[in-house]
Parts: sequence; structure tokens; C-alpha cells
Amino acid sequence: MSVRRLAEKQPPSFAFTPDNLSWAKARIAKYPPGRQQSAVIPILWRAQQQAGGWLPQKAIEATAELLGMAKIRVFEVATFYTMFNLAPVGRFHVQLCGTTPCMLRGSEELKKVCHRMIGEETEVTADGTFSWIEVECLGACVNAPMVQINADYYEDLTPETFTRVINDFSNGRTPKPGPQIDRINSAPVGGPTTLTDPSLFAAKEKSSGPTDRPDDKAKKPGEAANMREAPMPKPPIADATDPRRN
Amino acid sequence: MLADKDRIFTNLYGQHDWGLDGARARGAWDGSKAILEKGRDAIINEVKASGQRGRGGAGFATGLKWSFMPKQVDRPHYLVINADESEPGTCKDREIMRYDPHLLVEGSLIAGCAMGASTCYIYIRGEFIRERENLEAAVQQAYDAKLIGKNNIHGFDFDIVVHHGAGAYICGEETALLESLEGKKGQPRLKPPFPANMGLYGCPTTVNNVETIAQVPDIMRRGAAWFAGIGRPNNTGTKLYCISGHVERPCTVEEEMGIPLRELIEKQAGGVRGGWDNLLAVIPGGSSMPLVPAGADQADTLLMDFDGCRDKKTSLGTAAVIVMDKSTDIVKAMARISYFYKHESCGQCTPCREGMGWMWRVLTRMAEGRAQKREIDMLWEVTTQIEGHTICAFGDGAAWPVQGLLRHFRPEIEKRIDEYTANPHPEPVSVAAE
Repeated sequence: MSVRRLAEKQPPSFAFTPDNLSWAKARIAKYPPGRQQSAVIPILWRAQQQAGGWLPQKAIEATAELLGMAKIRVFEVATFYTMFNLAPVGRFHVQLCGTTPCMLRGSEELKKVCHRMIGEETEVTADGTFSWIEVECLGACVNAPMVQINADYYEDLTPETFTRVINDFSNGRTPKPGPQIDRINSAPVGGPTTLTDPSLFAAKEKSSGPTDRPDDKAKKPGEAANMREAPMPKPPIADATDPRRN
Repeated sequence: MLADKDRIFTNLYGQHDWGLDGARARGAWDGSKAILEKGRDAIINEVKASGQRGRGGAGFATGLKWSFMPKQVDRPHYLVINADESEPGTCKDREIMRYDPHLLVEGSLIAGCAMGASTCYIYIRGEFIRERENLEAAVQQAYDAKLIGKNNIHGFDFDIVVHHGAGAYICGEETALLESLEGKKGQPRLKPPFPANMGLYGCPTTVNNVETIAQVPDIMRRGAAWFAGIGRPNNTGTKLYCISGHVERPCTVEEEMGIPLRELIEKQAGGVRGGWDNLLAVIPGGSSMPLVPAGADQADTLLMDFDGCRDKKTSLGTAAVIVMDKSTDIVKAMARISYFYKHESCGQCTPCREGMGWMWRVLTRMAEGRAQKREIDMLWEVTTQIEGHTICAFGDGAAWPVQGLLRHFRPEIEKRIDEYTANPHPEPVSVAAE
């Protein structure tokens, strides 16, 4: 568990903007009547965005009031989930993945870049532009090492490209998210080794317009395989040395 | 090697349109009405016949799980999709949600029909903001095209709500996920009662992984026999493998179940950095699973499916292959995994809450050699005290990687302790409190 406490310096008040309030009402309506508590995480998230990337105490209390929940229940949620920042963060909040798959590919070097360019962990730079924190696995392990800056993932980083990304942000540019090397998303470097058969995508050209077959008259799938009562077919014994065929 | 025509996720790398038109061109939403018209039992039987096992880690038979849902629909039934993908090494559901979301939406409809659920919640992890945007857009497209929703063209009223978390690994555990979905802290519930009887809001609920559900439309369209013909008996079908760590070209790729690890790494990921002989160890199924060291009877002959991994005292888990070459500080790498579990423990059960930090501290000292040899046995003892003594499987998942380390790399730890004690140090070596 991580110990998480509210910040000492808190703003005096918080009120949802009318836009966010109507958004919250719509969100609550997605859950069954009487289950409005389900919306607590999305609404807290919205409150965090409104408050500039962190969650002041008053915002938590406003959420409790909106949902008719006891304040302590919302405090529990706000302190349990680590994406709720309980203290102010920079305009660009860098979340650096430090878990083993990223560590194996050099996230410790990226951490040095953070120390050099931004400063101490969880501290906001003097101009309020940057802050950084080491987080646990962000789920982009084949693109390791990576960081998340606000909503976007920056992947396949080296200390040099990461420095460039941070410099771009501080110069008012938004670098292109995704892999920072020549690579298509999670495909191997040098191009995909699979899904290269063009016939898979041949239908694409044909169906550029509306389909000629309405959905309610969609064709039935072939029945041959489904109706068969025989047991599961075994693959042919093509190669006796293949260990999978034993 | 799997032929391209047998792959389900044809837009895995996002080179094509992920929207409704693109998905339709690749075969999604084709004949969904005919599939739903077969009826609840026929769908379940088809999925059972395909031999599909859950892709989220535990490998439970999907059709069987669905059949646990009550036949009578006298109160709402819920389908909940676990898109809280946070297992270190795993990044497969992310690709589905951002580039093939319609397979998931269509699969939800079919699965919902099979269990009499008229509402589906997709719980996506909070960090996946862009992925959530794509998924929400895909759900909206499906609503607009009247593929789902009230009075849709399929004649089965079905709603999908995309819900998100806020950065808690434990919410990938199914009952913790339900707690979180109800707006509480994500702390797992005791089982029984199982979610199929008392799940979300006290109603019958089935929780499935994204990949499991996204495979269902293709199983129904192409037939159970097609799916069952791929892989080995009891381990059928295709699987998304995420190969990360010390390989030449890390990637996510769809391959058949039971592919030998070596073939997977060398054909799809460009091989281990520095050649196969440079392999030190591999974690075959995400960080919760014990590692498998290099060697003729270990990683060389590992088959990547549920039974193949079990033969090597590990588990397929999420099929997230983390490769470590000989340059790896294996003790430090495992200590980092322990830190992950310390950070992510929900704090409900004492063995886990206290044990995780304890294991991490001891492993960190062992990585430096600043430990006593008897602590190795003590550490093993502690892992067995955690394993099986917690409400959920998180405790097991944190104990197993440490056990894997001790099982295969004990000499390495002893060597470090010897090296440390051979040199003079001003501070005495600390010992963990027993």
C-alpha cells in the first residue's frame, strides 16, 4: 500500500462548473437508479481535471454532496486510487513507468533525465510547468521504456528522445505521442511480421460506400462446422518431430 | 506459425480504420443477428465446444463460466468486461480497445445474449485515456447504427457503459473490480458467494477479459471446430502474446496456443538480444508467474499454453513474455517486481499488506548481498505463509515470482552474500525480524 494524505495547503472552495455538473448528471444516469455511487470515480476524475490536475479537499466534499455519499466514503476512494493526485502537479505531469519490463529496457536512465530536467520526484517546478512521479506498470510493455504525459503515452524512449520530448513541451510544442522511434505502434521494429496478407483487407476497397446488405438481412454463417457432431478434429500429423503434436 | 487468415485481430497494429466501417470491412458485425437467433444455449455450447479458456490469466473455460449464470432472468444480469489491464508485461487488451474495439462491442452483445444480461459494463483502467476515447467512440457508433441499445436491429436490448478506474492494479481482480464499479475502494470480496450468483449490485454477474470476449464473434462465425483445430487439445485457439524485455524487436503478436517459446521469440521478436544462448530467464505469463530459467529442460522446451507452462512449474497467465538476458541483475529485477506488489497491495489482508513490504526489503538487501544465508530459507517460508492465506489471488501472484527466483537462482543470491561478507563493511549486516 502507498501512504497517501491530503495536501496541507488547500484552496478555500470548490464548485463544479455548470458544464461539469450536467456532465456528472448524465454520468449518474448511466447507472441503475439508487446506484449513483458508481459514478464516484469518473466524477472525481472530472473534478481533478477542473481543479488543475489535482484533487483538493473541497472537491472531494463537493463530490460527496453531489452523490449523496458520506464524505468519508469519497475520501476512501480518493486516497485509495493512485491516479488521484492529492497535491498540486505541474501543467505537464510526467508519469514514468519504473516496473520491471521498463526497467529492463532502461527506465532508470529516464529517471536521471527527470531528476536533471525537472527536479525531485513529486515536486513541481517553480514555473508550475512540470512535475514527475514514478508509477507502476502503465501497460505498454512492448514499447518500453515509456512515460505518460497528461493523457498521452510516449513510448520507446531513450534519454535523448525523452530530453527532446520534455524540451518540446517547455517550448510550447506538443510532440507526437506514441513510439519515438521508427515503428508502427506495437509492431516489431522494421515492420509487422504478421498480418501481411493483402487478401485480409481486400474487402476494404469494395465496401467504401454503404454496404449492399442491410444488417437485419445479414448472411447466415456457414453451418457445416457448427452442425458437425464429430469430436474436435485433430490436426494432421504433418511432422512427427513437432513437439506440439504429441 | 499461424496463417494470417486464421488471425482474429486483423488491425492489431492500427494500420487500418478502427471505426465501424473499417471493422465491418474486416468482418465484424457480420451475421450477428443470425448468431443471436441461435439462442442462449446454442451460443454457450458453441463456445464450450471451441475449448476457449479465459484469456485474462486464470484460464477458466469460458463456456462453462457462462453456464453458471442462472437460467431465470428474474433480476438484472450483468456482463462486466475486465479491461483493467495492469499486469506488468501485458499490453494486449490495449491494442484491442484502441484498434479493434468493435470486436469487443460485438462480443459483448453475443456474450450478453448468452447469459441473459441486458447491460454490460466495460471497466477500463484509468491510465488508458486514449484507448477509452476510442472505445467510447466505437460504442457510440454501435448505438448510432442501432447495433446495440434499445430496439436495435438484433432484437435483443443491450446497453454498454464504459466505466473507468483510477490506477489500482487490484481492480483487475474480479470482485475488487465489482467493488470499484460500485464506487468503493477496490478491495476483493470473499468467495462464495460467487459473482455468478451475487455480483454487481447483488445481481448475477460474469466478469470476462477483453481478449476472451473479443474472440467470441469469430468463434461463432467461423465455428467452434475452427477454433478448436488451432493449438493443442485443452489449449485451443489463438492468443495475443506480448514479448517485452531483452529481445531485438519487442512486439505484440497473435499466434497459436502452444507455440514453442523459442519459436515465438525468434520468429516474431527477432530473437533474444545477443542470441538464444544469451538468455538468462524468462517470465512467460506476466509478473505474477514464476520465472523459467534458460536450459534444455526449461525455457528451450517451453510450450506457450496453459498445460505447457504448468509442466515447467509456471503458468501462462496473460501470455506476457518478459525476456531477461545474461546482463540482467535478476535479483534486482525480482526485487522491483516485489516493490510493485508492495505498492499495489490493497491492504485488506495482513499477510499480503505486511508481507509484500517485508519481501521487498529483504530482496533489496539480497540484491546487494547485504543479507544472511539463512534469510533465504526464511524468505521462502514467508512466501508460503502468504500464498493461499489471502482473500484473493494477489498474494499468490506476489509470492510465486519470489519462489521462482529462489527455486532457480539461489546460488546467485548466495554468491552475492559471500562477495559482500568477503569485503569489510563499516555497518553490520542487518537481519530481518522473524
